[in-house]
Amino acid sequence: MSFWRRAACALLLLVVVVSLAANWLAPAGYAKQYREAAGAPPSHEHWLGTDEIGRDRFARVLYGTRVSLLLAPAAALLSTLLAALIGGLAGYLGGAWAKGAMAVTDLFLSLPWLFLLITVRALMPLNVSPVVSVTVTFLMLGLLGWTSAARVLCSTAGSLRDSDFVRQARASGIRGVRLFWVHVVPNLKPVLYAQFWISIPAFILSEANLGILGLGVAEPLPSWGSLLKELEGLVSIGEEPWKFIPLLLLVVVVTSFQLVLSKPDEAAA
Amino acid sequence: MLERKIARHGFALIATALLGGLFSATLVRLAPGFDSDEAQLDPHLNSQSIQALQQRRAEQHNIIRFYFDSLQRAVSGDLGTSISLGQPVSTLLRERLPLTLRMVGLALLLSWAAVLALALSAAWARNGAYDALATVISGTLLCIPAAVLALLSVLWNVPGALAVALIIFPRDYRYARNLLAKAYSLPHIITARAKGLSEWRILFWHVIPVAGPQLLAVGGVSVSLAAGAAIPVEALCGLAGVGQLAWQAALARDLPLLMNITVLVTLVTLLANSGADVIGHMWRGQQA
Repeated sequence: MSFWRRAACALLLLVVVVSLAANWLAPAGYAKQYREAAGAPPSHEHWLGTDEIGRDRFARVLYGTRVSLLLAPAAALLSTLLAALIGGLAGYLGGAWAKGAMAVTDLFLSLPWLFLLITVRALMPLNVSPVVSVTVTFLMLGLLGWTSAARVLCSTAGSLRDSDFVRQARASGIRGVRLFWVHVVPNLKPVLYAQFWISIPAFILSEANLGILGLGVAEPLPSWGSLLKELEGLVSIGEEPWKFIPLLLLVVVVTSFQLVLSKPDEAAA
Repeated sequence: MLERKIARHGFALIATALLGGLFSATLVRLAPGFDSDEAQLDPHLNSQSIQALQQRRAEQHNIIRFYFDSLQRAVSGDLGTSISLGQPVSTLLRERLPLTLRMVGLALLLSWAAVLALALSAAWARNGAYDALATVISGTLLCIPAAVLALLSVLWNVPGALAVALIIFPRDYRYARNLLAKAYSLPHIITARAKGLSEWRILFWHVIPVAGPQLLAVGGVSVSLAAGAAIPVEALCGLAGVGQLAWQAALARDLPLLMNITVLVTLVTLLANSGADVIGHMWRGQQA
């Protein structure tokens, strides 16, 4: 493992641990308003200042990081499972099943990802509680993000279906779900792991995009998307540079994921 | 052979676009709150007007019937009327499409100029540090959400096309760099270099014939990326294009508008991908 990959892993671990410790590091919580200090710059009491309604930005960044970093992997897990179920099973069954599944996949892939997300998210009720909004946002990412992985899994499962060991298993009387579960799925694991890890940064970025467009996690619950929405009111970068801290953190985390996922020679470069 | 390929692509294109329209129409129809209409709350409306509004909504209840009626009308050029904006969809699209096409076209031009310049110079320079720098620049851009780049373009007063170009550049660069690096590592190209052939001659005689069809396929995909990137850029920069229209239609649950935009976006995406595929096929055929 190269130095950069190790550093990226350590950084990700640090961010996760710090965000999990949000309750201790920012005991006042993300919603408490300091009305006498609304829109205040960084100070001893508020390390990253306060937002326009007086909430501590440091606390919001910590809690927002926790929301994004815990739920993006959950959505990635859901999309990976769906990809395994739809793509893997279609590839294993072959014939009309594979053609039908790939037609549906092509339909999803023919629409730009952000267009699809915005359309589907806008169809859900927008005026909902923060918990419902966060569930809807990440559930939607998981339910729509399986398509490209399903293609890869369909072709992998298709090649496994005709492999010698599967034929041998079939000849010895193993059929149906057991054959798929015991002999095909274990061989899909490398693709599934790769898909899971690739999906996490993609979902983090998608949530951020939705949040900025006002279709992400509802207030007062923070997420990276809703924190980045603050940039909308900026007149110049030099005016309030601390507002860029969530963006910096997001870039660092997504870059770390990219480094962890990159091939060893790319990471070294 | 080529005719069959084009016919197959054409059939897949039409079928997918029609399915895309049906998909979006079904989603809107099933969405919570579809039957409610803010206009019905207007105290100035009398019972007959409210009944007319309810009847207009009721016509859209059977989604399949509604969709096929819309298709029949679309064949004669009537794309319906936008519920939220109260204008014919065809007029709205005609007004807004030129801006989006200009922006997306310019963005693709800018992005591909940068991609080819960086990827080729990295392949020619054969300098690890230069390659790493180019990878870091594209990698950093890849880690910034598209909507943030759109916001920054407003902050710096940068044209929307440049923002879209910056969104699609890192995705294209990665593929282009890998394709060119792979092509330049082929034995016959290494031999040509060792024999002292000029870089331009190697590029046009040996590299482009190998990497060209694949680069063309990446170009096809980047049209879809640019179409997706146009949404946040137009929505956040206040540009009155189709991206902004899609955004407004989605927020207002404007069924006719959303359905037509979905079909349009699907068609553009599929046309770009199929076009790149067919040209790539012809290119390979000429080489063989």
